[in-house]
Amino acid sequence: MKKVAEFFVEYFQFLDKDSKVVDDLPEFTNDRGFLISLYRSMVLTRIFDEKAVRMQRMGQLSTFPSSLGQEAVMVGTGAALKKEDVYCPYYRDQGVLFRHGVTPKELFIYWSGDERGSAFSGAREDFPIAVPIATQSLHATGVASAFKIRKQPRVVITMCGEGGTSEGDFYEAINLAGAWNLPVVFIVNNNQWAISVSREAQTKCETIAQKAISAGFKGIQVDGNDIIAVYDKVSQAVENARNGGGPQLIEAITYRLSDHTTADDASRYCPKDNLDKAWDEEPVERFKKYLEDYHDFNESEDLAIKDECSKEVDQAAIDMLNFEKPNAESMFDHLYENFPEALLVQYEELIAMNKEGGK
Amino acid sequence: MTMITMAEAINQALVYEMTQDQDVVVMGEDVAGNGGVFRITVDLLEKFGPDRVMDTPLAESMIAGCAIGMASQGVKPVAEFQFMGFIYPAFDHIINHAGRLRNRTRGRLSCPLVFRAPYGGGIHAPEHHSESTEALFSHIPGIRVVIPSTPARAYGLLLAAIRDPDPVLFLEPKAIYRKFKQNVPDTGQALPLDKCFISKTGSDVTIVAWGAMHAEAMHAADILEADGISAEVIDVATIKQLDMKTILTSIEKTGHCVIVHEAARTNGVGAEIAAEIAEHGLFSLHAPVKRVTGFDTVMPYPILEKKYLPNADRISKAVREVL
Ligand SMILES: Cc1ncc(C[n+]2csc(CCOP(=O)(O)OP(=O)(O)O)c2C)c(N)n1
Repeated sequence: MKKVAEFFVEYFQFLDKDSKVVDDLPEFTNDRGFLISLYRSMVLTRIFDEKAVRMQRMGQLSTFPSSLGQEAVMVGTGAALKKEDVYCPYYRDQGVLFRHGVTPKELFIYWSGDERGSAFSGAREDFPIAVPIATQSLHATGVASAFKIRKQPRVVITMCGEGGTSEGDFYEAINLAGAWNLPVVFIVNNNQWAISVSREAQTKCETIAQKAISAGFKGIQVDGNDIIAVYDKVSQAVENARNGGGPQLIEAITYRLSDHTTADDASRYCPKDNLDKAWDEEPVERFKKYLEDYHDFNESEDLAIKDECSKEVDQAAIDMLNFEKPNAESMFDHLYENFPEALLVQYEELIAMNKEGGK
Repeated sequence: MTMITMAEAINQALVYEMTQDQDVVVMGEDVAGNGGVFRITVDLLEKFGPDRVMDTPLAESMIAGCAIGMASQGVKPVAEFQFMGFIYPAFDHIINHAGRLRNRTRGRLSCPLVFRAPYGGGIHAPEHHSESTEALFSHIPGIRVVIPSTPARAYGLLLAAIRDPDPVLFLEPKAIYRKFKQNVPDTGQALPLDKCFISKTGSDVTIVAWGAMHAEAMHAADILEADGISAEVIDVATIKQLDMKTILTSIEKTGHCVIVHEAARTNGVGAEIAAEIAEHGLFSLHAPVKRVTGFDTVMPYPILEKKYLPNADRISKAVREVL
């Protein structure tokens, strides 16, 4: 026997759960303004999620998947994107989308059950939310292929949950990304649950990161509750891809502190002990304490940020509620660029139906 | 007498058959520990254990392909797709293998399985969760497509589907999972596949419907009855292969036909029924057949779904137009 290949998976963490610095901090941690902007985005995401869950309970949204406890994964990823890069989301990554120019109002509109929420006024080339799990992984490879064909120094990031990495689409995407050396970064939000199915039931792999090895490129783990680790490693992967270094996979280890969505009741399957333990490690408090301990962040700054974010989210909710309702025939809008003449019959039928006050 | 919902009736049928037949197993995403996102498989894990009630990893192509392999060995999987909108990764296996394993092996191997999936609109679910694409599957030779419309029919038809030696796609109209109750005795009595049910007899018009639209058709029949119009309501139940005999016999009597489905109109199952009527029942008709359907649009998000879905008003109006 001879050994023909050998692999390992690295794990990165800068702040431990008590916010103590446990590794040499990267350069960007000297930029207090940038750190505060990361903190603000995490707070915004949390406040948005809390508001959305409340609005769903009041019947103002249809369903909503909170990212409670996963704000560092989202914001660290979003902050690594440049304006000209493209993001292919899943559905729990509002924090990424906010950093890339999507507005809280737009996501409220989307989750209220209205297509217009995906019209993204800011992130014009980003894909819309992908509900069919892992399909976005393949779209990301396509966008990355386009960048490569046109020799543009642009990068795609795509995200899915650890459950999503069981889908064929995910494996096909990483395989292609490796084979074609594509400028794409795969982020896996490993929040330990795919609805009720645990991380252990999902795969026998010790890490999700090692799936990248099967596709021929590097996969690493980061502490997903440590925004410094997430941002540092995602931005390195993005810049590496931009420089022709090919794909990477980053498994961010975190915990879903909420129900899967507002339609779920996690108390049926998620042991309370695990949840209590996970609350001790959650990312927002962890980062805040670090900012206090190492950057003289104070309570009044914190309150000002929280107040500002609450106002922004409340205003977005009001804007959504005041948004003019679509008319029925708008369901025919944007089906085709060149509307087939034969379809006009149905279009007119729908208009007539509503004129008669049809229910 | 125990009055139960369709959700409970499906669970009751699963428990009955799993108790009778050790070969029946249940698999899918969140079906074991969580009892299914619609709670259809609730308590099965406790009753039958993890060898027969299996949470799978998140992958639909795997669920279908693995179920086909199990079925070839005589295990009888009842595999759940969490929503019809997420079946499509499994399409390859359904069309290329489930539907033709018997045929390709000249009867040496077969595929006694049931694929269950909640389908249809009306519950304000997010995008991709509300469409009705039964027509796509009804075009596939070698599989049956069955859609119950009441708790009792769900119980009897699911038992029949599990006992059938060939693959059955069993689509559950989730809008009526818990909308009304019926007395469903747990006798293990199956209902026939490949047969329509006449839910209400009438003499002026035949309304053909299935799934959640069946209740709308029944409601429309009530509205019409008040105006002295007597509608016969047919629950198609087995969408493939269609029992045209029952429908044609009804039209011979009524001379009018309105077909209702919530799926998009073009190439929907209604088109096949209308084509059969044109071929074999044209001279029974006193007026053209009329379809009341969803539109050829992407299934709208919740905010417009009511404008898309047919309802009793639209159905009764269509009936008045053909009479
Ligand atoms: C193809 C497909 N199958 C099933 C579903 C239903 N579903 C929605 S979310 C989910 C679990 C996803 O878990 P994971 O990928 O770990 O991401 P998380 O939601 O935990 O962030 C499932 C099964 C779906 N949306 N798409």
